[in-house]
Amino acid sequence: MEQVIVNGAILGMNYALIALGLTLIFAIMGVLNFAHGQMYVLGGFITYYVVTQLGLGFFVGLIASVVVLGLVGLLFERAFFRRVMRTAAREESTMLLAVGTAQLLESVILIVFREKQRSIPAVVSGVYEVFGMYIPAGRAFVFGVAFVALVTFILFMQHTRPGRALRAIAQDREVSTLQGVNIDRYSALGFAIGAGLTGLAGSLLVSIFAVNSGMGTSISIKAFVMVMLGGAGVVSGAIAGAFVLGFSEAAGYAYIPGQVTYLLIFIALIVFLALRPHGIMGKPWG
Amino acid sequence: MTDRIADVQAHETNSTRAVIKWLVVATMVALYLIIIPIVFADRLYVLRVLATASVLSLISLGVWLTFSIGRINLGQGGFALIGGYTTAILMTHWGISYWLALPASGILAALFGILLGLGILRLRGVYFAMITLSLTEAVRLAFLSGGSFTGGAPGIPVIPLPGPLSVLGLSIVPDFTRVNGHLAFYRLAAVLLILGFGVVWRISTSRVGWIFRSLQQNEDLSTSIGINITKYRVLAFGICCFYGGIGGSYFAAAQQSIYPAVFGVSDSVFFALYCFLGGLAYVVGPIVGAFVLFICFELLSANVAQEYQQFAYAAIMIAIMLWLPDGILSLRAPRWLVGRLRAGATAVDAAQRTTR
Repeated sequence: MEQVIVNGAILGMNYALIALGLTLIFAIMGVLNFAHGQMYVLGGFITYYVVTQLGLGFFVGLIASVVVLGLVGLLFERAFFRRVMRTAAREESTMLLAVGTAQLLESVILIVFREKQRSIPAVVSGVYEVFGMYIPAGRAFVFGVAFVALVTFILFMQHTRPGRALRAIAQDREVSTLQGVNIDRYSALGFAIGAGLTGLAGSLLVSIFAVNSGMGTSISIKAFVMVMLGGAGVVSGAIAGAFVLGFSEAAGYAYIPGQVTYLLIFIALIVFLALRPHGIMGKPWG
Repeated sequence: MTDRIADVQAHETNSTRAVIKWLVVATMVALYLIIIPIVFADRLYVLRVLATASVLSLISLGVWLTFSIGRINLGQGGFALIGGYTTAILMTHWGISYWLALPASGILAALFGILLGLGILRLRGVYFAMITLSLTEAVRLAFLSGGSFTGGAPGIPVIPLPGPLSVLGLSIVPDFTRVNGHLAFYRLAAVLLILGFGVVWRISTSRVGWIFRSLQQNEDLSTSIGINITKYRVLAFGICCFYGGIGGSYFAAAQQSIYPAVFGVSDSVFFALYCFLGGLAYVVGPIVGAFVLFICFELLSANVAQEYQQFAYAAIMIAIMLWLPDGILSLRAPRWLVGRLRAGATAVDAAQRTTR
């Protein structure tokens, strides 16, 4: 039981990083980023490459993942989304464009890193024992870094000028423009931060779970579940959704067979959304 | 007097136009249903590709119908899986004929869709897209953990070929094991697509089609003029799921097997992409999208090294979205041709006006 709580908390913290990036991009651009899972996988592969192939330290890999993913996000926004958002007549366009970018990124990952499953050894070795619960040091480390990243992100959003601009755009794009917020610049920034956060999550988790080029879609689905649970475009909702999913997954894996866990999660989600369509904290919006 | 002559003339041009339109449609149907099977009777690969593209179009037509009520449906793979499993279970566990299992698959998928739709159709936009995406995954997991009834991960591997079908002693379809199977499946796919297209085309030009489009524009406004929006959106979703079930049933029979990985999230996404890339504003959009993209994919897999296939495919898709945001069908004839046609039409108008 205690073990379930520990696993759930660690899982939830990492999921929060994944969900935050998705919800940020959604809040600012109104784009459901289908390439999210692929971005996570790319982050994992870059850290793997830096650590095992180049022989550099884990933190170099971490920074490399965040920077590269930030650039990928910037590129996607500038090359694809900005253009389609300006010309498209229907909201479906950006979503299906995101699907296209997911395919593109997945194929690039496949070409560059091949199809093998990759992981790196735990960054810190050893196991802590607290009140009869076993906490592997590697996981505690991941939890700590994720926590620091989460707090930094929230402080950035709440107390800095760009953070304020991003929140303003999330509330109302047009009014922000009228108030002199440079929409183009901050959309690009938001997309880059969202992608960078996902890269961070991939980089951290590659030491716990292995990555392979085909797993992107399933990560995206998990991210969607969290965002739906919490309410799309709401930061606190994304974190809440992430912990709900983390704990249910940990509990499910401890007591029932793996595939049934996710089946039950999906059924519960569908019932929940039928009763409360905008999630735990979402705005009542369609 | 001259007025009446002009009216008669206008009426005649309209009716000749209608006749020409029907002739074109009839020629295309004949080409598709009769000429192609004769020409390609021995080229089984071509027949298989065309048949697969036809059924993918059929499944996508359902998704197009949900697009027309303003919902992005990424759950169609799940309903295709339900259809496939229904056919497989009916035929292998209970030995029921394929010609009963096929409609049963569609109906079961539709019933399931209606039941679910009552709840989830309240969601809109990305929420609906995300929930239907999860639904695809949930259906896959359900069949994966169905025990001996669904066969787990390997699924149901030996589904018999469709048997003969005769009504009142009149043989309509021969036993698939006795004839050229590829040809028989091509004909089945072609008939299914023509029927399916006919129904969707009829719906979209009827009053119901207008109601669907009104839902896409503004559901609150539709309610205010007395449209029962729940009824119509569930109707659209139910028909969509029926198409999914029929398509899944076809693939189960054509491949003689079904397993949970046959239709996944990526298939659901592709059905929506076919509609979008063909052009959401056109009923034939999903058919054009499915044929163009599926044939593109087959050509790529024949000519390009494996790891670059997906890259090339993704690049084609993104290019279409960037430069043809309203779909392939928004491509128009070159300007000189349009100009000439228009000039002709104005000349006719002018002539009519002078007779008046």
